[in-house]
Amino acid sequence: MTRMHRATTATALAAGLTLLAAPAQGQLGSYNPPPGPQKTFAITNARIVPVSGPEIASGTIVISGGKIQSVGASVAVPSGADVINGAGLRVYPGMMDAGTSIGLSEIGQGANATVDISETGSFNPNAMAYYGLNPHSAHIGVTRVVGITHVITRPTGGILSGQAALVNLAGSTAPQMAVVRTLASVIELPRTGFGGRGFGGFLAAQNAGSTQDVNRTRQRQLDSLRTMLRDAEAYGKAMDAYAKDKSLPRPKPDVVLASLVPVVRGQMPVLMVADRATDIKEAVGFAEENKLRPIIVGARDAWQITSFLKDHDVPVLITSVMDLPTREDDPYDVNYSAPAKLAQGGVRFAITSGDAGAETRNLPYTAGMAAAFGLSKDDALKSVTLWPAQIFGVADKFGTIEPGKIANLVVTDGDVLEAKTTTKYLFIDGRLVPLESKHTDLNDKFKDRP
Amino acid sequence: MKQTLPLLAALTLVVGSLGAQAKPVATGAGATLIKNATVLTVTKGTLSNADVLIQNGKIAQVGANIAAPAGATVIDATGKFLMPGIIDPHTHMMSDAINEGSLSVTSMVRIQDILNPTAVNIYRALAGGVTSINILHGSANTIGGQNATVKLKWGENVEQMMFPGAPPGIKFALGENVTRKNQNQIVIPGQPTTRRYPVSRMGQEEVVRDAFTRARDYKVTLDEYKARAAKGEKNLVAPRRDLELEPLVEVLEGKRLVHAHSYRSDEMLMLLNLADEFGFRIQTLQHGLEGYKIASEVAKHGAGLSSFADSWSYKIEAYDAIPYNVAILARHGVVTTINSDSDERIRRLNIDAAKLVRYGGLSEEEALATITINGAKQLGVADKVGSIEVGKDADLSLWNNHPLSVYANVDKTFVDGKVYFDRQQDLAMRDQKAKERADLEKAEANQAPGNRRATQPVIPQEER
Repeated sequence: MTRMHRATTATALAAGLTLLAAPAQGQLGSYNPPPGPQKTFAITNARIVPVSGPEIASGTIVISGGKIQSVGASVAVPSGADVINGAGLRVYPGMMDAGTSIGLSEIGQGANATVDISETGSFNPNAMAYYGLNPHSAHIGVTRVVGITHVITRPTGGILSGQAALVNLAGSTAPQMAVVRTLASVIELPRTGFGGRGFGGFLAAQNAGSTQDVNRTRQRQLDSLRTMLRDAEAYGKAMDAYAKDKSLPRPKPDVVLASLVPVVRGQMPVLMVADRATDIKEAVGFAEENKLRPIIVGARDAWQITSFLKDHDVPVLITSVMDLPTREDDPYDVNYSAPAKLAQGGVRFAITSGDAGAETRNLPYTAGMAAAFGLSKDDALKSVTLWPAQIFGVADKFGTIEPGKIANLVVTDGDVLEAKTTTKYLFIDGRLVPLESKHTDLNDKFKDRP
Repeated sequence: MKQTLPLLAALTLVVGSLGAQAKPVATGAGATLIKNATVLTVTKGTLSNADVLIQNGKIAQVGANIAAPAGATVIDATGKFLMPGIIDPHTHMMSDAINEGSLSVTSMVRIQDILNPTAVNIYRALAGGVTSINILHGSANTIGGQNATVKLKWGENVEQMMFPGAPPGIKFALGENVTRKNQNQIVIPGQPTTRRYPVSRMGQEEVVRDAFTRARDYKVTLDEYKARAAKGEKNLVAPRRDLELEPLVEVLEGKRLVHAHSYRSDEMLMLLNLADEFGFRIQTLQHGLEGYKIASEVAKHGAGLSSFADSWSYKIEAYDAIPYNVAILARHGVVTTINSDSDERIRRLNIDAAKLVRYGGLSEEEALATITINGAKQLGVADKVGSIEVGKDADLSLWNNHPLSVYANVDKTFVDGKVYFDRQQDLAMRDQKAKERADLEKAEANQAPGNRRATQPVIPQEER
């Protein structure tokens, strides 16, 4: 029986994993130590924040087989468990950033060879983030150590950008990391009218021609999209019919249309990128017209149309909490306070870092900022744990500390949304994850250099 | 020009809404007493239930149970936290232009000549507790223009905003932005696409060496002239004034502070060694993301470091950036600060400072110092701002929670004792501002082209 009663022992355990891992250095993205095995762990004497219910002032969580087995104030520690004494520490469910492109782009500027975030062309519904994901991206190691344990990473660009994946931030291969390889399709509808998107948007508007030209182009693009969706619907019907009756003509296989069949059947949600109120309404209208299940990404001005979003039961992933206001006369806190207004308006939402990769680790502080401007602290925590899981229909696996869920947990010395809080232990998929990253590695190498 | 009319309409609306943010509030009789706050002095510890008296724009008294002078405005700060105004050593706020990047040495140009005092981001920074900023020239060239140190006196003119007595400075820059390795990816109409010397870190060294060789020679000429004039020689012809070399002579004389944009440790070390050779000091390494690799050398030279809390990987030279950078240099005795380099990030430097507690284990006071007193030291104004001490300028920010908490927001920001941001006042004015906006939107000039008249105006083909 291996029982460790002291936190320091478990630290040694984590360190041991690193030594075994001995990551190769000097190559882009080779810094993330692999997690340990799925063993039986018990975190005892900890303040537990289950999110699903009230805090447990001092309790025990038992993990085995990658799942949370039990949680409570008086839970027995199974024999053979590795015990982590959580006295003075807090345990939270691992956080989820539902709006990143982490792992798809390492260095955005000046290193194009590391960027696999967008395909060429406008219609790539079958492009899978799963295949662009670099498990060895250094972004992953530095992101998870703040307690972000799983993310939705999505392709961008074009009109049908591709398919987003739900991945755990631990593992040496995409198959090890992926929880759902194709969770949602991404649509970036062409925007209505002019404006926005900074200097680039200004230039684009300058070069776009007249209002009529812009609208004509947009209508053409929307028509192409509609046609493709209808083709996918027909393709799905033809395939189903052929499967039942082989005497029918065999439809020509088409990997592009095949990827859209679950989308047009409403089985797979669609991430629709939109920030302005008119664009959000337009996206929802398009989704309803085409029987899609929309989730709005961006959602900067969603607070202006909360009753619309509530009436249409459309959830949003807000990426702009930390953005500067877009209009000179906007209140200074217009984006900080947007989540509070969404909550008041009864809109289902999740807060995301709004970052493609390297800065995803700011997710907890982004939620914290929303709490500084009107959102309750409990809701701020839910907006990065339970609510994104619910929006994507994976709350049976993630989002709270409850038996049966995937054991993604973070053990901290303070409030997990506070910037000064330090992570003490990290579990992903029921595995203890070493707290090393590219950044701790360089810190260790240089901090005592004479 | 295409789309003239919608663009004009948009501009009209913008102009109509300038000044939509709150105006500063004059406080009573020149005196303000902030009562019963947790006072984070930064240099003299943290005082619970303490009072701070502001008189004539200065901190007049700090302590317990201070009596309010007759006519003073009294602010009950029970449960609130008072800290020195935040100082950001690296911004490009208010700047109508950032780079004069046509030459490799543009020491003759001055940021203070192109500042816009109505930039709304001033107000937004005040709402994040910021009171003083260093506005730097951009990083397009090895030796850039002269910076401006500014107090965020929202609503006043540029002359009133210039920080009195702040020593002058200048921007240097090294690395990717100078060598323009990425220029083929950044298409800016009107900018030349031809290459400008230098395109390598070798050329950068030569540019600085050449400039200071010429500056040293110019200084000899100037000094000889002054010496002969002092001896009373008649009929001397003064040397021709050189606006490019004059600021560099000031650098050699220690009268102008060098703020050097740099990322890689090798380029930083090159510059420190070159400065040692010419006998001047680099005041700050700006960004200095790999400073931790040469912490001892940075400390030995006496340079400060002004860095990001945790930004990284946005370009190649930022790939080895680590959030422990500031802590490592601080432990080596280097004066370290967090800067924003961004009108967005400047609004939440308190959260960036809090990260230093996590990454590298700075104490809360050390973390606060990186956004207050250390910035004042780097800008040469530590005798005036950066801490809550009697006699210093009353540049303060009052928070509803500990400023290192993500749950904190700013209640009031004072510059020279005057309230330039007041959250309660801001909230109270919003209905009025919304009405003003609605009225402006109704005005015919602000209608979208399709709504303005029965039919859309026809834009002549030749103008499109």
